[in-house]
Amino acid sequence: MTAELGHFALILALVLALVQAIVPLVGASTGRPAWMALARPAARGQFLFIAIAFACLTRAFIDNDFSVLYVAEHSNSLLPVVYRVTAVWGGHEGSILLWALILALWTVAVSLFSRHLPEPMVARIIGIMGLISVGFLLFTLFTSNPFERMLPGAVEGKDLNPLLQDPGMVIHPPMLYMGYVGSTVAFAFALSALISGRLDAAWARWSRPWVTTAWCFLTVGIALGSGWAYYELGWGGWWFWDPVENASFMPWLAGTALMHSLAVTEKRGGFKMWTALLAIIAFSLSLLGTFLVRSGVLSSVHAFATDPARGVFILGFLVVVIGGSLALFAWRAPSVGTGGSFEMVSRESALLANNVLLLVATAAVLLGTLYPLLIDALGMGKLSVGPPYFEAVFVPLMAPALFLMGIGPITRWKQANAIDIARRLRWAGGVSFVSAIVAPLLLGHWTPMVGFGVLLAAWIVTTAATNLIGRLREHPAPTLRAKLAAQPGSYYGMLLAHCGMAVFIIGVTLVKGYETEKDLRMEVGDTATIAGYTFRLDAIRERAGPNYNAAQGTLTVTRDGQPVTVMHPEKRLYTATKTPMTEAAIDTGFTRDLYASLGEPVSRTAWSVRIHHKPFIDWIWFGCLLMALGGLMAVLDRRYRSVRSTAPQPAQPAQAASSASSAPASGTPALVVRTSTRVP
Amino acid sequence: MKRFLPVIVFAVLVAFLAIGLKLDPREVPSPLVNKAAPAFKLPLLAQPEAMLTPADLRGKVWLLNVWASWCVSCRVEHPLLVELAKTGTVPIYGLNYKDKRDDAMQWLRERGDPYLQSISDADGRVGIDYGVYGVPETFVIDREGVIRYKQIGPLTPEALRDTILPLVRKLGA
Repeated sequence: MTAELGHFALILALVLALVQAIVPLVGASTGRPAWMALARPAARGQFLFIAIAFACLTRAFIDNDFSVLYVAEHSNSLLPVVYRVTAVWGGHEGSILLWALILALWTVAVSLFSRHLPEPMVARIIGIMGLISVGFLLFTLFTSNPFERMLPGAVEGKDLNPLLQDPGMVIHPPMLYMGYVGSTVAFAFALSALISGRLDAAWARWSRPWVTTAWCFLTVGIALGSGWAYYELGWGGWWFWDPVENASFMPWLAGTALMHSLAVTEKRGGFKMWTALLAIIAFSLSLLGTFLVRSGVLSSVHAFATDPARGVFILGFLVVVIGGSLALFAWRAPSVGTGGSFEMVSRESALLANNVLLLVATAAVLLGTLYPLLIDALGMGKLSVGPPYFEAVFVPLMAPALFLMGIGPITRWKQANAIDIARRLRWAGGVSFVSAIVAPLLLGHWTPMVGFGVLLAAWIVTTAATNLIGRLREHPAPTLRAKLAAQPGSYYGMLLAHCGMAVFIIGVTLVKGYETEKDLRMEVGDTATIAGYTFRLDAIRERAGPNYNAAQGTLTVTRDGQPVTVMHPEKRLYTATKTPMTEAAIDTGFTRDLYASLGEPVSRTAWSVRIHHKPFIDWIWFGCLLMALGGLMAVLDRRYRSVRSTAPQPAQPAQAASSASSAPASGTPALVVRTSTRVP
Repeated sequence: MKRFLPVIVFAVLVAFLAIGLKLDPREVPSPLVNKAAPAFKLPLLAQPEAMLTPADLRGKVWLLNVWASWCVSCRVEHPLLVELAKTGTVPIYGLNYKDKRDDAMQWLRERGDPYLQSISDADGRVGIDYGVYGVPETFVIDREGVIRYKQIGPLTPEALRDTILPLVRKLGA
């Protein structure tokens, strides 16, 4: 009964999504306030029904209702309750339902925090989000229905993939999806601005907190996924350039570019079309990521079941949504001015260069991800693209972007003086160079790679410090405290996020430069030493978990005879799926991780054991966290809140009304075309 | 025309994705297909003093199944091979790969022996010639001693029914 209730709720949600998509958009184009006013309640209703559907599915999992096919395939009666709840998004159907739920959540958020926006704008934004939701709900109901019954029901479920039975998996997908789906908001803002022709500074100001919020979620989501891979896959790696990782990384890169481009559009009215295009691209990459993961066109460690019908559906959806919006973009581009001019040396130039670099990097990742597919489609054979390609392409592209990260914030808008910048940054440059030489020597030995990484990280931190000191000096307030308090939150957010990037670079560089590992054959009593830490295998015991049996090793770690820690790596065999899993033991420290994983038994008494010493690896995730916190500070800036209390001030009158009578571009959804001709 | 660039790039991408949907990324073709089966001369598992070479099997269509007692997936496909052997549709020869003779014999005693003969590739040299990278693997070899198909990983009822047996019938006709 629960499953049928959920299914029914999902159908009702689809009906409401259709209402939410059609009525407000038509209302906005024909200027009917009553129709536009339907946007908010429809969005909230849709959310309610998807939430009911989601709750029903969760209930089916908790109750071990194995007559529901999806539950039988992804759960087991021995599975602990918390994992039964998270198993809801452990497979394809539930993931898509989560996608739809989160989209509805974002739409409700827009309906709540949009009181300061003009009504037609809100109607269009919510309507466009409704269109996306219609697509996803149709996809769920027709190709990926999680409520499908299997009669007679299974006696026992097949169990959740053991890789996903982990606390990291509890929050990673929701966070990631919050980021992915959050890009829909910026997309909807951009499209409705394109439709109305009101592509102006006000639009940029409204979009910014949404883009930044989604970006924060995506940052945290990717970091969680990377952390999960690090401790759960048992290889000690933290990023594999796997197609699915790339699928989340590309929207992040595009989102980063969008965030910076929006700053220019808001402050200087420039880069308008570019910003709108980035908003479309960021969302398109999120959708494309969904396609790549769900359709099975690429093989990946994230092996979800693949089904050609799903692939065809999502591809069709991509064509309609992305093709339509790009066509809209091409059609409206001439009607939007280019914005203020700027000189070669200016903050605009720095941000434009940063944008281009980020976008080229995105394209490089996209090419590497799709290359095997392209070659295969052209009948030129099978190949795979691995980390060497990505590292070779990515590092040279990111290095100048990171260098610009130091210069950009210190450069004046419109026109700056290169000599003046060089003079202001001479200390930062000097300190960075000295750190790049000294720091690696203190840590062990100097290599060009480590030196370069430290140089970039130190550059970002020292330029940020220079920037802050300069701002405080210039401020007229009498005390330091008042000077500090006078700076806006978004400014501190920017500094924090940039420093987070520096922390991240330190982590990546040092762990790559100095990590050591050993593959060993150990018997009880054996010892091994890496990086000054001595590991002694004290015991290997059998241990029974709720739905697995494990061999658990006890490794006592000492350094110079002093005890450091005791580690318990496990080799688990999950009973339902008969899947062996490595559960690594990690001793986390500020400057290093010790990482031990248990391999296979090599003989009756000996096991293969792998031990790693990973200096500064946690800085990678700490850096990501700082970036996300920086984003959060920017979002919470009172500037955005004060906007809400005052009346909306569209910065420029709509220019599009005059030019909007041109012929509609082919492929544009008919609705969108009609709405665009009348700007209230 | 600049403004149409994103649409054009996207259209090209969609074309590739559409083709990609029809392809199976997990399918890795073997360069050995339609090439002569590499020659070998290996002792029989049951009678180490006797030797077998592919030349002895000229004139008949046969399956070469790479297996080992240490291979977990071999346990999955083994009952299927035993069933197939009972039907007598096609002779199955085993290549016992990097295995110990006693373990292998024990394995066959416990699970049944579907092979007309198994040959013993103790050091895995022949396995290298045949491009074995995961055990089990199964080769379909025709009357002229040419490899016609290679199944990587355990045989499945579907693979037997839809691919291997039709091929064997075609080659044998």
